[in-house]
Amino acid sequence: MEKKILMKGNEAVAEAAINARCRFYAGYPITPQNEIPEYMARRMPEVGGIFIQAESELAAINMVYGASAAGARAMTSSSSPGISLKQEGISYLAGAELPAVIVNMQRGGPGLGNISGSQADYFQAVKGGGHGDYKLLVYAPYNVQELWDLTMKAFDKADEYRNPVMILGDGVLGQMMEPLIQTEYIMPELPPKQWALTGCEGRQPNVIKSLYMREGALEERNLVLKVKYDHMKGKEVMYEAINTDDAALIVVAFGIASRVALSAVRRLGNDGCRVGFFRPITLFPFPEKPLSFIAGPDKRFLTIEMNLGQMVEDVRLSVNGRSEVLFYGRSGGAIPTPEELYGVIKKAL
Amino acid sequence: METKIIIAGFGGQGILFLGKVIAQTAMLEGRSVTWFPSYGAEIRGGTANCTVVISDKMVGSPVVRNPDVLIVMNEASLDRFEERLKPGGLLIMNTSLIKKSHRRKDIDVIGIPANEAADHLGDARSANMVVFGALIAKTNIISQGSAFNALREIIPAHRQDACRINEAAIKKGVELIDNKEGKDL
Repeated sequence: MEKKILMKGNEAVAEAAINARCRFYAGYPITPQNEIPEYMARRMPEVGGIFIQAESELAAINMVYGASAAGARAMTSSSSPGISLKQEGISYLAGAELPAVIVNMQRGGPGLGNISGSQADYFQAVKGGGHGDYKLLVYAPYNVQELWDLTMKAFDKADEYRNPVMILGDGVLGQMMEPLIQTEYIMPELPPKQWALTGCEGRQPNVIKSLYMREGALEERNLVLKVKYDHMKGKEVMYEAINTDDAALIVVAFGIASRVALSAVRRLGNDGCRVGFFRPITLFPFPEKPLSFIAGPDKRFLTIEMNLGQMVEDVRLSVNGRSEVLFYGRSGGAIPTPEELYGVIKKAL
Repeated sequence: METKIIIAGFGGQGILFLGKVIAQTAMLEGRSVTWFPSYGAEIRGGTANCTVVISDKMVGSPVVRNPDVLIVMNEASLDRFEERLKPGGLLIMNTSLIKKSHRRKDIDVIGIPANEAADHLGDARSANMVVFGALIAKTNIISQGSAFNALREIIPAHRQDACRINEAAIKKGVELIDNKEGKDL
């Protein structure tokens, strides 16, 4: 077995990115994700990469656009208010089909909010955020090991689909330390970046853009993007399901809220209650089919989130009226306790 | 079996470091563990606290409302966290800095003169490790041997003198409990 080390979530993301050969990072400080740029500032020069503390979030995301257009594995990170500022750039990345990894260690909102952990940026992450018809591949890790694994995977998937990928964490996940096995990065076979702007001597110039003015051209482009998103829906769905077959009530939660929920679900299991647990790991593509497969008149779902009801809409769409879907949420950086969720789930039984 | 520990004091007392050593020790013993700090506008002299959860399965919530063990290094932390300790839980308090007594009657309490003990050892900064020693001796959460191994992994090789001081402080904490000098209050 490989050696376990104790590492903060934020640092695990940064080292995983370095491990996955990310060689360009630009960001602007914000709590609770400051350990990512701090770590990158030290590590990037050691591996011959570039770290830039940009003058703003807008500058950082557009530097990522530039680095990615030139063929580099590029990343930026921030927390909720900063991610809002990056939305224009994210839309441009999606429109120009540029790979990039964007990390959002969410904090309480709206506005400047607070610095506690939150999950209130679900809609922003999976429903657009920026303008236009586009999708990000969105991963929602729930422990430090998954932060490590999914950050490395994010770079591969970004390159595979030529699409920005988001790691949607939160302040608790970023700040906490947990044992981690730093597994080796093995790069899969990926298409060469023939589209990259590497100097056009001896070949036709490449063009990277998101502006399509000719009549019908943009719709054509968007239909190409849609095919890509449909591929993601078919191939990239990840989730974890525990005891969903024989349970009358299934708790659905993602990220840090799912850990708190899991504590409560385990305790109820020890009490002899039949409670299932379903955890989407990809938020886009959402595990619609697995949830739809579980749904039926003998099942009920309880969605638990650290917001006032966002993912629950996707659960309802997946279930499509065939099961009752309940919701419990805490907002504004409030973190539910296992005791609290134990009571909430028990009441719903 | 899951043990939840909250450690609180003021910035500079090594609160986060103590939590990290406990977490590292638990990891070396093959347990699952999480360490979660108070973060944000923390400054030296301000309040600092962290939560460590040790479990045989993957830890559920890293954030805890009602801990099994509460370690308080100053009076402000006693005021803030005492009510949150589980009934029947263990309160370890640093009697060098906490002169008032606790209010709860439904908990186990031990007092450790951690600063005085650390001063005797020649390094006032090791008060946190004295308290750690008391925790090791008073409970069977983790073993002293693993704690020493954890320290050796955390403290860089060129600072092994710091390891010796910390080990001496842990031993002192164990001794205070074994000799009943750490008072059951």
